[in-house]
Amino acid sequence: MLEKKESQSPAPLLSGVRAPDFELHRTSDQSIALSDLHGKAVILAFYPADFSPVCGDQMALYNEILPEFKRLGAQLLGISVDGVWCHAAFTKDRNLHFPLLADFEPKGAVARKYGVYRQDDGTTERALFVIDPSGMIAWSYVSPVGINPGAEGILAALEGLASKQEGRK
Amino acid sequence: MKTEFPPRLRLPVSKRDHIRGKIDAPVTLVEYGDYECPYCGMANPVVDQIREEMGDTLRFVFRNFPLTEVHPHAEHAAEVAEAAGAHHRFWEMHDILYRHQRALEDPKLAEYAALVRVPPLAIERALTEHTYLERVREDFLSGVRSGVNGTPTFFVNGVRHDGSVDRENLLAAIAAAVRSTRDS
Repeated sequence: MLEKKESQSPAPLLSGVRAPDFELHRTSDQSIALSDLHGKAVILAFYPADFSPVCGDQMALYNEILPEFKRLGAQLLGISVDGVWCHAAFTKDRNLHFPLLADFEPKGAVARKYGVYRQDDGTTERALFVIDPSGMIAWSYVSPVGINPGAEGILAALEGLASKQEGRK
Repeated sequence: MKTEFPPRLRLPVSKRDHIRGKIDAPVTLVEYGDYECPYCGMANPVVDQIREEMGDTLRFVFRNFPLTEVHPHAEHAAEVAEAAGAHHRFWEMHDILYRHQRALEDPKLAEYAALVRVPPLAIERALTEHTYLERVREDFLSGVRSGVNGTPTFFVNGVRHDGSVDRENLLAAIAAAVRSTRDS
């Protein structure tokens, strides 16, 4: 994938590309690196902002589906440009049981790597990436910002990975 | 991996479902709902009105979609509705739950069960043994797979209704479904 200049409209990374590694804070004293999760499928859910109505619904929905994600061997990570204290308040308010990562400083750096930073708004796209256990992007989807993309695409992608694994055995 | 738009109901309506109205009605309205969700509460009288206006042309199906982390009583309410269903009192319980959305604690659920003449022991067992939890979860997952992203979500003859949930919009979607059944 060619390096994009910041001013250009983002081109989200597509399947078949290695997922760029990153390390971000989930709380003031804890970080998560993508490479820590090597060997596990990862769902990256970029969303524009904590507490904005649609994100709330989207994250609340994923929160309820965690058992299915777990059954399919995947770790869900939410990512926005909000800081750790905002994430803490949002997590508490919605009883979220998965990590929210702060793409806060330098702002949106990870979103830029994935081609989903919205320069004009200073937030990220509402974008989903399913990363396979070897670190390759298996599926990606960018939803219109105001529309909750749901979970069907993620589940179908994870099931695709699971059947591929089966096939190799 | 292409997703259909608007999404379609993946789990067809069958004997497992709670159906209100004429069983072979040409139009099926399916709702995925949460008894503690205020928007579902507002939608319930709209559904009643539409059922009345459509008469034998429409059958209505309700499936559970409790967002349990946001609505702490929603799952027990759904389980109790299913328990009432096992005693042929599903819709009576359904209506009471929607009328009392702000009072869904366990003792209240037991009171409502008594009102619709479901044995208290059946409710107690449903809540301690979670007899109907699997069924509720099956409803929930069928919704997720069908493009239910929040509540309430309606499907008219299997197609997700993306318009607003009011009488005019739902009736228009139903009228369009009737026309397309007639034409095909």
